[in-house]
Amino acid sequence: MPIKNILTYPDVRLKTEAESVVKFDSSLHQVVQDLEDTMAEGPGAVGIAAPQLGISQRVVIVDVSSRKKIKHHGHLVLINPEITQWDGLVTGREGCLSVPDYTGNVVRAECIHLSAFDIYGEQQQFEMQGFEARAVQHELDHLDGLLFLDRLVSRRHDLFKRKVYQK
Amino acid sequence: MMTVVGKDQVNIVARVTQQLYEANCELGEASMLRLGGNFSIMMMVAFAGDALELEAMMSSVADDMDLRVHVDVIEGQLHAHSLPDVCVHVSGADRPGIVAQVAGALAKAGLSILDLESDVAGSEQSPIYVMQIEGCATLGIEALEKAIVDLDKNGLDVSLNPIETLIG
Ligand SMILES: [Zn+2]
Repeated sequence: MPIKNILTYPDVRLKTEAESVVKFDSSLHQVVQDLEDTMAEGPGAVGIAAPQLGISQRVVIVDVSSRKKIKHHGHLVLINPEITQWDGLVTGREGCLSVPDYTGNVVRAECIHLSAFDIYGEQQQFEMQGFEARAVQHELDHLDGLLFLDRLVSRRHDLFKRKVYQK
Repeated sequence: MMTVVGKDQVNIVARVTQQLYEANCELGEASMLRLGGNFSIMMMVAFAGDALELEAMMSSVADDMDLRVHVDVIEGQLHAHSLPDVCVHVSGADRPGIVAQVAGALAKAGLSILDLESDVAGSEQSPIYVMQIEGCATLGIEALEKAIVDLDKNGLDVSLNPIETLIG
C-alpha cells in the first residue's frame, strides 16, 4: 500500500471536525491500514489521526511503547475515542507531523480516562497517564480540528513539573 | 541579524517591522522582549542590499523613537531548529557570579545552551535570581545530574528535567 501524504498546516482539512465512525467494516480497516503504514514511515511519531491523511473520520493510532520507562498500553487503534475524565495539568513539549520543524509547550491533563471502540466495534476503557495521556490528547485534538499550535503556552511560563532532588 | 535597542514604548515592534516590510525585507526567527525598562529586538532579516544600507533605511524610525539599530551580516539558517532535551531551573538569593558558575558547571557536563532566560525578582533588600535554561545534553543527562548536585551545595536551588518532545 503506498504511503499517503500527510497534510500540513495550513490545510483547512486539519481544521475540520471529523465524523464519527458508524460502520466497522473493511473500509474502516483500510483507513486503519493507511494510518499504520504512514505512521511506520514517519520520523518517530507516537501517534497519527485520520484527518492528517485528509480522512474525516474519528480514528487515531497511539503507540508510545518506543519510549523507555513509562507506563503505556502498547499499540492502540482508537475509534470514536472520548475522554471521560481528566485529572492534573502538566506542561510538555509537542510537535506534529502536520507542523514540520516547530515544537512548543502545551498544557495537558496528566491523567485521563478514555473510552473508545476497537476496529471490530468493541468498546474499551483505559486509564492513562503522562506521556501516553498526552499523546492521546494530541491525537484527539486532530479529530476536533485542533492543532497543538492552538494550545501553545509561553516558554516563559514555568509550568514544567519539577523533579526534586534530595540534597 | 538586526539588533534594535531602546527605551520601552508603545509601537516599537509595529514601526520597526512596517519599515522593514516597506523595504521588501523578509523576517525570519526573532526574539523581542522588554528587559529592564528597555525593549530589545534581535531578528533575522533578509535584505537585498548590504548592512550599511539596511541601517540607513532604518534611520528615520530609529531617530524618531530614539532606538539604536545595529546590523551584522550572518549566515542565516531557517528550518534548522535544534530540539532541547533538558530544562534546568535555577533560583537563589542574588549574588555576583551565579550565571557564570552555573553555565560553567553545565558546559563542563556537556550542556549546549539553546535558550536562557533569567530574571531578578524578590525585593530590593533581598533580591532573588531566577533562571531557566533549555539545551541539549551532549554528554547525557546523568552528567548534568551530577553537575547540579554540586551547584546545589552552593546555596542555589537547581533542578533538572528531561524534555521529551512528543511528535504526533
Ligand atoms: Zn499532530
